[in-house]
Amino acid sequence: MIPGAPRHLHVARYVAGSLRRRWRKNAVVVGVYGLVIFTLASVVFLTQSLTHESVAALSAAPEIMVQRLSAGRHGLTPVQDAQVLVRIAGVRAVLPRLWAYHTDPATAETLLLRVPEGRQLREHEATAGAELLRRRGIAVGGLLHLRGPAGEPLVLTVSGVAETSTPLESAAAVNVSEAAFRALTGIPEGQATDLVLRVRNRRELTTIAGKIGEGQPAARPIIRDELVRTYTSVFNWRSGLIIAVLLVPVLAFILFAWDKAAGLSPDERREIGILKAIGWETSDVILLKGYEALAVSFAAFLLGGVLAVISLALPQPLVVLPALLGWSALYPPFRPAVAVGAYQVATLFFLVVFPYLVATVIPAWRAATTDPDLVMRT
Amino acid sequence: MRLTRSAGFSALVALLLALGLLAGLDAARRQSGAEARFDANRALARWLEVTDLCLFTDARYTRHPSLADRHSPFQDYPLAMEHFPSGSLVLPPAHLAPAHDAAPPNAGSGRP
Repeated sequence: MIPGAPRHLHVARYVAGSLRRRWRKNAVVVGVYGLVIFTLASVVFLTQSLTHESVAALSAAPEIMVQRLSAGRHGLTPVQDAQVLVRIAGVRAVLPRLWAYHTDPATAETLLLRVPEGRQLREHEATAGAELLRRRGIAVGGLLHLRGPAGEPLVLTVSGVAETSTPLESAAAVNVSEAAFRALTGIPEGQATDLVLRVRNRRELTTIAGKIGEGQPAARPIIRDELVRTYTSVFNWRSGLIIAVLLVPVLAFILFAWDKAAGLSPDERREIGILKAIGWETSDVILLKGYEALAVSFAAFLLGGVLAVISLALPQPLVVLPALLGWSALYPPFRPAVAVGAYQVATLFFLVVFPYLVATVIPAWRAATTDPDLVMRT
Repeated sequence: MRLTRSAGFSALVALLLALGLLAGLDAARRQSGAEARFDANRALARWLEVTDLCLFTDARYTRHPSLADRHSPFQDYPLAMEHFPSGSLVLPPAHLAPAHDAAPPNAGSGRP
């Protein structure tokens, strides 16, 4: 047997009994503490899930895209521009892309219309994401009603479920034929939404982007890796903002914990005095209080953490979701895939459990180091 | 004579009350003086046909929410997530809000 193990076992058994004796008080602490952890964990987990979602969506995006600016805004790109760009050294191919956002006439949500690369759809044929079809109640072979730029109705036959890689894509993407796309958006022949560049060497991306900017001042090159960095920092910024607002309840909890822990109740002081009088060492008392605090915080941590993960999977968005999503709330509702890593769990653990441990053990140590007789009397 | 604690506290409360009253009087005086300035601003807004109060300058759609469209927040690539800092402070205006939002777009709870 490991030396010292019986001592730990005895203390643990005593802790179990003491937690049971004061179960009402402990249940309240676990409940309040769990609620605080739940709120913080929701923000941290949701931020991570949304960042993961955005980065996952970007991993399928081309390494460099070129849009044309007109009067400082996104304008349509003439397809002939591709011939100019393909002459830049290092560019393998330039492909025009057709995609646009479209207001769903049924729900006023923002859908994505796109002409898929490679697969040719017939004029009135469409494929859509599984979640979109489920929410609209359309089966394969059913009809999808959309509206053109002047409000004229356009009916497409859903010939299949589109292959999608993210929950947002599944909720918002509709693939249509080029003819239907131009009829729905009013984008004339010879114009595209943007151009996609295929390059030979990823390390040349910045140089190629620089050359595009020099040759065509109205062109706006977008490098995928820069977008990944932007997304990571913006979600961190937003979660920081929410956590700053949540600091008020967290501070209230810290006050509560401090008050509960620092002012040991007369009962607890007497208990420590008796334990000391019957021969417990100061280190035993600290071990006892440490185990107690660990049991309470671990239970609260599990409660809050598990509730936060469950709430991520709920159909109705959380309270914190609107502020994290921002204008992305204009898309159909989608549930980001839960992406919680060891890093987030560890951060949360040290953020909430460590202060509680310190707040509980220090006053216990102070009570344990004073004379048992004095402790029992006061 | 030594001031007792209660007398000191009463003096402090009286002082704060007096200061509060003075602040109110000052605000009323400034308000009446500002009316002319408001008039000038109103005339300027009418002349320039200003659409929005510009609260944030980073993104076009949060600078002029009344002129916002569905494309500009997501324009970088298909299904981009909106990514300007002010996007979480100024939420989409009513004319863009999807039907799945039961509550009016600016009345959510828990928003900073």
